[in-house]
Amino acid sequence: MTNLVNTFRFARLPVATDTFRTEVKAFLNSYADTTPADVRARSWTGFNADFSRKLAARGWVGIALPSEYGGANLDAFSRFVLVEELLAVGAPVSAHWIADRQSGQLILKYGTEAQRRFYLPKICAAEAFFCIGMSEPNAGSDLGSVSTRAIRKEHGWQLNGRKIWTTNAGNCQYMIALVRTSGTPDDRHRGLSQLIVDLSLPGVTVQPIKDLSGDAHFSEVFFDDVVLGDDAMIGAEGNGWEQVTAELAFERSGPERLYSSIVLLDCWIEYLRLSGTGAAHVAQIGRFATHLATLRNMSVAVTSQLARGASPVVAAALVKDLGTEFEQSIPAVIEAAICANPSDAIDAELYRTVVYLSQIAPTFSLRGGTREILRGMIARGLGLR
Amino acid sequence: MFVEAIERILKDQCSPAVIRSIEGGGGSSSVLWNSIADAGFLDLLMPDEMGGAGLDLADLYPVLAVLGRYAIPLPIAQSIAARALLAPHTVVPTGLFTLAPSCHRIGERIVCSLTPFGMLADHVLVDDDGCLLMLACANAERTHTGVPRSQVATLSWPKDAPALSIVGQGAAVQTFAAAIYAGLISGALFRVFEMTLQYANDRSQFGKSIGKFQAIQHQISVMAEHVAAASIAAEAAFQGGGGLPQLLPSAMAKARTGEAAILVASIAHAVHGAIGVTEEYDLQLLTRRLHEWRMAHGSEDYWNAVVGRHVLASQLPTVTDFVRLANQEALNVKEAALLATSSPISRLKGLA
Ligand SMILES: Cc1cc2nc3c(=O)[nH]c(=O)nc-3n(C[C@H](O)[C@H](O)[C@H](O)COP(=O)(O)OP(=O)(O)OC[C@H]3O[C@@H](n4cnc5c(N)ncnc54)[C@H](O)[C@@H]3O)c2cc1C
Repeated sequence: MTNLVNTFRFARLPVATDTFRTEVKAFLNSYADTTPADVRARSWTGFNADFSRKLAARGWVGIALPSEYGGANLDAFSRFVLVEELLAVGAPVSAHWIADRQSGQLILKYGTEAQRRFYLPKICAAEAFFCIGMSEPNAGSDLGSVSTRAIRKEHGWQLNGRKIWTTNAGNCQYMIALVRTSGTPDDRHRGLSQLIVDLSLPGVTVQPIKDLSGDAHFSEVFFDDVVLGDDAMIGAEGNGWEQVTAELAFERSGPERLYSSIVLLDCWIEYLRLSGTGAAHVAQIGRFATHLATLRNMSVAVTSQLARGASPVVAAALVKDLGTEFEQSIPAVIEAAICANPSDAIDAELYRTVVYLSQIAPTFSLRGGTREILRGMIARGLGLR
Repeated sequence: MFVEAIERILKDQCSPAVIRSIEGGGGSSSVLWNSIADAGFLDLLMPDEMGGAGLDLADLYPVLAVLGRYAIPLPIAQSIAARALLAPHTVVPTGLFTLAPSCHRIGERIVCSLTPFGMLADHVLVDDDGCLLMLACANAERTHTGVPRSQVATLSWPKDAPALSIVGQGAAVQTFAAAIYAGLISGALFRVFEMTLQYANDRSQFGKSIGKFQAIQHQISVMAEHVAAASIAAEAAFQGGGGLPQLLPSAMAKARTGEAAILVASIAHAVHGAIGVTEEYDLQLLTRRLHEWRMAHGSEDYWNAVVGRHVLASQLPTVTDFVRLANQEALNVKEAALLATSSPISRLKGLA
């Protein structure tokens, strides 16, 4: 049962990814120079369709999808490099992020040929953005209790209910929703299916929700007698739980769970260099670098498993839990450090960045599965439950 | 294959009873030492032509981890490192080597304070202000720390004691020491984790295994995270074809494993309850060493500061670039140069 821990063996990215990395760096170079740190800190919650289209023009949206559907057909290691470079500078990747990371993969794996031909090229061109319709007001961690319901009609489905916390719902064309197609919430994992919902249809209402920092990246989405065609069903009816589990594996296994606060860390280091006040903080800076290096190695180990065709669900949960703790520690430490002496001047950009991240940091260990849920998964992987 | 062979020896010759007798001062260490030395395992890193096994650095990591797993009470890892450091420069004497964290001239004496295995070692290697210094313990004064069962000692010599000094090779001692203690710690952490998982399944309270309680499950999950992090951090110190561990990965390895040591040891004891702190139960053989090894040659406070100074001095645009390149065997010079020419990302103006 200790196998889980043994899977974290040191691995290198293939040398071939170096050239790709250089191309991505060249593409991103001017972005970082011209965008304030507090804007870049929003990275994968920063919606910017233009940026996504520019990336798509380089062939870098849906890069892991097969070329026959418009993808770049690159391996898991190249995706790692792209994601790492984008997040390292806080590029605004949110618009296409979910489609690239999970919706496209889900459609590729479970969709019909017609669905693949319809959606995947649009994803790769950054013309179709997707959101995740899992959570509901009464179904958070306990996802099996969703009650949004689709009823069979002659030529499709009639959808009623609501989703909440849906990132980017107001800016996306499509949602992949986990809904009940038979039974009651007491039937738990049985009777769930996934539907692709065109958010422009009559009966869909999106109500943005503001967060504590003033942003409104997530929404509540209401469905009132929304009429969907037969082709809205993705995968088999009743197979929703298995599919959503596979989707969450795509969601959790990338390196994005390490870098949420990295723009702030770089901003602070730059400030210390310029002000010549770094000496007092070398151990703290070194600790962050040590942790980042280690988490990154763990993430590469998970990526190597993905590249071998495995589905390292529990290993990914382990990295995510450790990674979000690291992400949360960065604003906590920097907040204290920059205010260690009340008479010191504080750079305004650094201040805005640390305040934003301190406010938003609690979400890092909520979105994509809470800390407690991940620790439960690890315990199960260790045979304790 | 070396790992399996060494593990076979350890299984027979490094039982908890043997460890207790060696560290208690009563038992002889020669059976365990000789079975490892006679099999040639001290020269794993020496090139074939010098009679060694010519092992790649990367293959040394599992050997160190298995030594840590068995709570090795002798300076085997230190001797492997010392022999590899000395071989290019001199004929290496036989006997137990240890590495000392520091060397000071105090009055008329040379002092290596708090030297791991100082009570047992025949020779000490230390960084003497940039020179690699080898001193024989036969003519050293050994002062025990007073900590029961500890083999740590402060060693001192008259300032004109015979010593071998090799110019310019001193810094390698601390780097190698950081890497080997990281390897040992990661192996010991893994064993502590196994014991704790087993105990959580075996021990029953309130009518069920304590491992069924969510609070215990979550503590053990956290333990698994840190054991995994520590082992990959330690392994990263043994990469590259240079033959010796490099500074930054070794610094990160010692820092990360040291941090994990304290957390994992405390969770292990919490889960074990009172039995875990008894002399009779084997957990203490490992957790006492975790603390000792964490403190040996600088704790994470020291090594993180080493890393931090390099980050601050670095010309790379992001910390992500820094850790990626630090992890490579040696900085890939071409890429480092390329990155250094791109402009730094921050445009902070405040105090510039
Ligand atoms: C920024 C952000 C973006 C999001 N985006 C999306 C999105 O795009 N689509 C989507 O579907 N969802 C999204 N979510 C929702 C997210 O998936 C949920 O917040 C998460 O699953 C937790 O659900 P909850 O908030 O209802 O908390 P709850 O499940 O009510 O949990 C509250 C607390 O109870 C604990 N708890 C619950 N069950 C257990 C248990 N069995 N054992 C121990 N502790 C337990 C939790 O760990 C937590 O600490 C987003 C959330 C955030 C913060």
